[in-house]
Amino acid sequence: MRESTLWFWHIIAGAVIFVFLGLHMFIMHLESILGFLGLGYGGDVTSAQSVFMRSQQGFYMVTYIVLLGAALYHGLYGFRNILFELSLSRTLEKIINWFFALGGLALFIYGTYVTVFIFFNPTAV
Amino acid sequence: MKVEVKHRKNKLGIVGWIGGGRFGAERYAYALHRLTGLGILAYFLLHIFVTGSRIGGRQSWESAMANFKTPLFKFGEFLVFLAFAYHALNGLRLIITELGFMLGKAQRPVFPYVTSVHRQRPLFIGLMIVAAIIIIFGGADFYFI
Amino acid sequence: MSETSAPEVQSSDLKVIKNVTFEILRYSPEKDEAPRAQKFQVPVIKGMTVLDGLLWIKENLDASLAYRSSCRMGVCGSCGMFINGLPRLACNNQIVHLNADTITIKPLPNYNIIRDLVPDLEGFFDKHESIQPYMIREQVEELNNPTGEFFQSPDELVDYIQFAYCIKCGLCLSACPTVATDDNFIGPQALAQAYRYNVDSRDEGAKEREEELYSSHGVWRCHFAGACSDVCPKGVDPAFAIQLLKQNMFMQKLHVHKQKPATHVIPWVAEHIPNEKIPKAPERTVK
Repeated sequence: MRESTLWFWHIIAGAVIFVFLGLHMFIMHLESILGFLGLGYGGDVTSAQSVFMRSQQGFYMVTYIVLLGAALYHGLYGFRNILFELSLSRTLEKIINWFFALGGLALFIYGTYVTVFIFFNPTAV
Repeated sequence: MKVEVKHRKNKLGIVGWIGGGRFGAERYAYALHRLTGLGILAYFLLHIFVTGSRIGGRQSWESAMANFKTPLFKFGEFLVFLAFAYHALNGLRLIITELGFMLGKAQRPVFPYVTSVHRQRPLFIGLMIVAAIIIIFGGADFYFI
Repeated sequence: MSETSAPEVQSSDLKVIKNVTFEILRYSPEKDEAPRAQKFQVPVIKGMTVLDGLLWIKENLDASLAYRSSCRMGVCGSCGMFINGLPRLACNNQIVHLNADTITIKPLPNYNIIRDLVPDLEGFFDKHESIQPYMIREQVEELNNPTGEFFQSPDELVDYIQFAYCIKCGLCLSACPTVATDDNFIGPQALAQAYRYNVDSRDEGAKEREEELYSSHGVWRCHFAGACSDVCPKGVDPAFAIQLLKQNMFMQKLHVHKQKPATHVIPWVAEHIPNEKIPKAPERTVK
C-alpha cells in the first residue's frame, strides 16, 4: 500500500512538473519566441540582471519552490525505481529509501532557503 | 535418486532494458525515457547548486555562469533540452496510459489481435510529433537566434 | 449427410520451396561450459512451421536436440522460444512467413536453461500461484457445497475473458524489460491473471490479492513498455490488464473507486423436465 501512495504522488508530481517545467523551459529557451510576441524580457535570460529580477517576484518564488519539490520527488522516486529493479537485498533497499528521502529533503531545504532568502533580502544581493 | 541439475542462468540483465529484439517502439521509448530521466536528474542536481550560487550576490552568480559559457556546456544544455522535450511528452503519454485511459476496452481476442499497445499508438505518434516540433524550435533558439 | 473426403495432398504441396539454415543455441549441462550455436540445413515445404523444422532436425540430423512441444497448434504453450529476435511459439510461426534464410533460435531469455531450448518455468509458475489465481468468495460454504450458480452476464464475461485466454507459455516474461533484472517482480502473466480474477463479477478476492499486487515488486514495476502484449500469442494483452490494475488503485486513492457488487447465487431449477426429443446421454464411463 505504501508503494501505491508513493507512486500516486509520482504521477501527481509528474503532472505538476509538466506544467511548471514547461513554463520554465519556455522562458529560458524559447525566449526569442516570447520576445517576438512581446512577452520577453529582452536580452540574455541568464544575465544577473534578468535572474535577480525574477528572483524578486512572488510568482517566481512560489513556482521555483513548487517545481523544486515536485522535481526532487519525481526524479528521486524514479531513480529509486530503477535501482529497485536490480534485484537488491531488502537491507540495501531500505538504505536506498532512507538515503533518497533524507538527501531529497536536504536539497529541498537548501533550495527553498536560497529562494526565500533572496526574495526577502533584495538589498543583500 | 535425485539428480542435481545444473541450470544455466539466462537473465538478460540491464541489456534487456535497452532492447535486444524486434519489439514495438514503446519498448524502446521506455528505454529512452529511463535514460533521459537519469540525464535530467543529473543535470537537475547540478542545477540546484549552480542556481543556489546566487545567494552570494551578482558576483557569485556571474562567476558561476562564466564556467558554463563553453561550447561543450552549451551542447550539453541542448541535450538536456532534447531530453526534457522527449521525457515530458512521453511522460504525458505514460500518465494517460498508466491510468488506463486511451487503451480501449477489454474485448474477446480475435485474430489478428489488436492490443492496448496498438490502440494507444496514435497518441504516442502524435505526442512524438509535438516533441519534435518543440525540439526544432528549441534548437533554433539555442543555436541560431 | 453429404460425404466429405479429405482433400488430396498435391505433390506440389510437398515440394521443397527453399533451404533454410537453422542456427540453434545448444547447451547441455553435463558437457558444455557455455551455450554454443549449431547450424542445420532444413528443406522447407509449404506450411512448415518452425516447430516442424525442429522435428525434422531431430528425426534426420541430430536426435539429441532438446526442446519442449506438445500440441503443435498454439494451444498448450510449450514451445516458447526466442526466434529471430522475438519470443514466439515455434508452432505458431511458419518458416516462410519469417522471411529469412537463417532462423536463429535461442531458449527463452530471462529463464534458466535446462538444456538446449528448454527453459525452466518453475519460478514463473510460483509467481502465478502467488497471486491466488482462483475464485475467492466470502461465503466459503457456498463454494464448497453449492446450492446454485453464481450469476454472470455476457457483458461481465467480456470484462475478463480476454485475460482468461492465457496459456502460460511464458513469452511475456521473456519480453519484459523489468523481468530482465528484477528477480522479485511478479511479472506480466501473473499480474494479468490477478486482474482477470479481480474483475470477475463472481470473485471477491481483490482485497486478499492487494498486498502482493501493490507491493514494491508488484504492478509499480511495470512502465508500460508494452512488449508483453506485443509477443502474446493469444491476444491476452497483459500490459492492458496491468494498467487497469494501476487505474483501480489510483481511483481508490482518489476515493472515486467503484465498488464491485458481489454477484448473487441463482438457485438450481428444482424440477428439470427433459425434452423427450433429445436422446439421453450415455452412462458415464468415469466414476
